[in-house]
Amino acid sequence: MTKVVLNRRNFLVAGSSVLATGLLATGVPGLLLPAGANGLAPTDSMSGGANNYRKGAAIVERIGKGGFWMSGTVRRAGDGAPLAGQRIQIWAHTTEGQEHEPQSHGATLTDKDGKFRLEMPQIIPIFGQPHGHLAYDSGEFKTVFLRPVMRSAKETSLEAHFVLQPA
Amino acid sequence: MPIKGWQSARASLIWVALALAIGVPIALAAGSEQLAWRGPVYILAGFAGIIALGLVLVQPLLIGGYLPGLSSYRGRRAHHWIGGALALMVVIHVAGLWITSPPDMIDALTYTSPTPFSPFGVTAMWAIFTVALLALLRRRLGLRLRTWRIVHIPLAIVIVAGSVAHCLLIEGTMETISKVALCAAVLAVTVKVMVDLWRKRTLRGGSIARQ
Repeated sequence: MTKVVLNRRNFLVAGSSVLATGLLATGVPGLLLPAGANGLAPTDSMSGGANNYRKGAAIVERIGKGGFWMSGTVRRAGDGAPLAGQRIQIWAHTTEGQEHEPQSHGATLTDKDGKFRLEMPQIIPIFGQPHGHLAYDSGEFKTVFLRPVMRSAKETSLEAHFVLQPA
Repeated sequence: MPIKGWQSARASLIWVALALAIGVPIALAAGSEQLAWRGPVYILAGFAGIIALGLVLVQPLLIGGYLPGLSSYRGRRAHHWIGGALALMVVIHVAGLWITSPPDMIDALTYTSPTPFSPFGVTAMWAIFTVALLALLRRRLGLRLRTWRIVHIPLAIVIVAGSVAHCLLIEGTMETISKVALCAAVLAVTVKVMVDLWRKRTLRGGSIARQ
C-alpha cells in the first residue's frame, strides 16, 4: 500500500506544473498562432515620413557626391518574400542641400534579393534629429513613407526596411 | 571697507556669471559646424530659440531680485519687457522653422511630430503666449496680484520645464555641456524664486495673523 505524502515541496512542484500547463495552454497559442496565421506584418508609414517628399525623383547612380550609404530591404507582407525591382525614393537634409531641394532626392531599385543601397551625401541633423526619408510610392503595393533616425550624427550609414502589402 | 568691497565683488560676479551662462552657449553654437549646411532663415530661427532660453533664465532672476543694482521696481519693469522679448523670440523661432520646412513645423504645432522634443516646445510656447497676453490685459481685466500669481506661477513652471526638456532633447547647433549648464541654471533659479516667494508669503501671512 502506498501512501501519498503531501509535503510542501511536492505541493509547490504540482502547483507550478499546473501554472505552467495553464500558461502553455493559453499563453503560447496566443503568442504564436496569430503570427503563424498572418505572417509578416506590413510596415506602417512613420509620422513625418512624407515631409518634403517630391514625387517621381529620378533613379540615380548616387545622390550628389555621395559618402553616406542608405540601405535596406523590401519584402512582401505575409510570406516575407523579397521583392525585386521595386523603386525606393530617398531624400534627406545633407551636406549638399536641404530636404525639399531637388538635388537632395533620388531613387533606386531593389535587386533580386529585395535589397537596395544608394550612396548619398552625409545626412546632418535637421529639426533636431539626424534622419532620412524613404518612400515606396509606385502603386502596385500600398504607399509607405519611412523616417529612420540615426543613433548619432557621426554615423555614415542608415538602414530602413519595407514590408509591403498589395494596394 | 571690506564689507562694501565684498558686496561689489559679489555683484560683479553675479553679472559675469549671468553673462557667461547665456553668452557661452550662444558663442559655442555660433561656432557649430552644422551652420555651414543651414540657410540663413534656419540659422536665425535656431539662435532665436537659444536666446529665448537665455531670457527664460533672466526672468526668475529679475522677479526674485537676485540681480544686484536693480531696484525691485526696475527689476519688475525689466521682467515685463523681457517677457515681451521672449514672446518675440518664440515667434521668430517658429516662423523661421516654418519657412525652413513647413510640414515639420505643422507636425510640431499639431502635436503629431515624430520628434520627442516638439510637444515640450509647443506647450512652452502656448504658455509664453498666454502669460504675455494676460500680462498685457492684466490691468484691463482687473486682475489682482494674488490672482495674477495663481495664473502666472503654474504657467511659468510649464514654460521652464517645457523649454528645458525641449532644448535638452534637440540635437542641433548647441554644444552639450554649455547647453546642460544653461538648462541647470534655469531650473535652479526657478526653484529658488519659487521657494523664496512661498517663504515670503508664509512669513507675511504669519505676521498678518499675529497682528
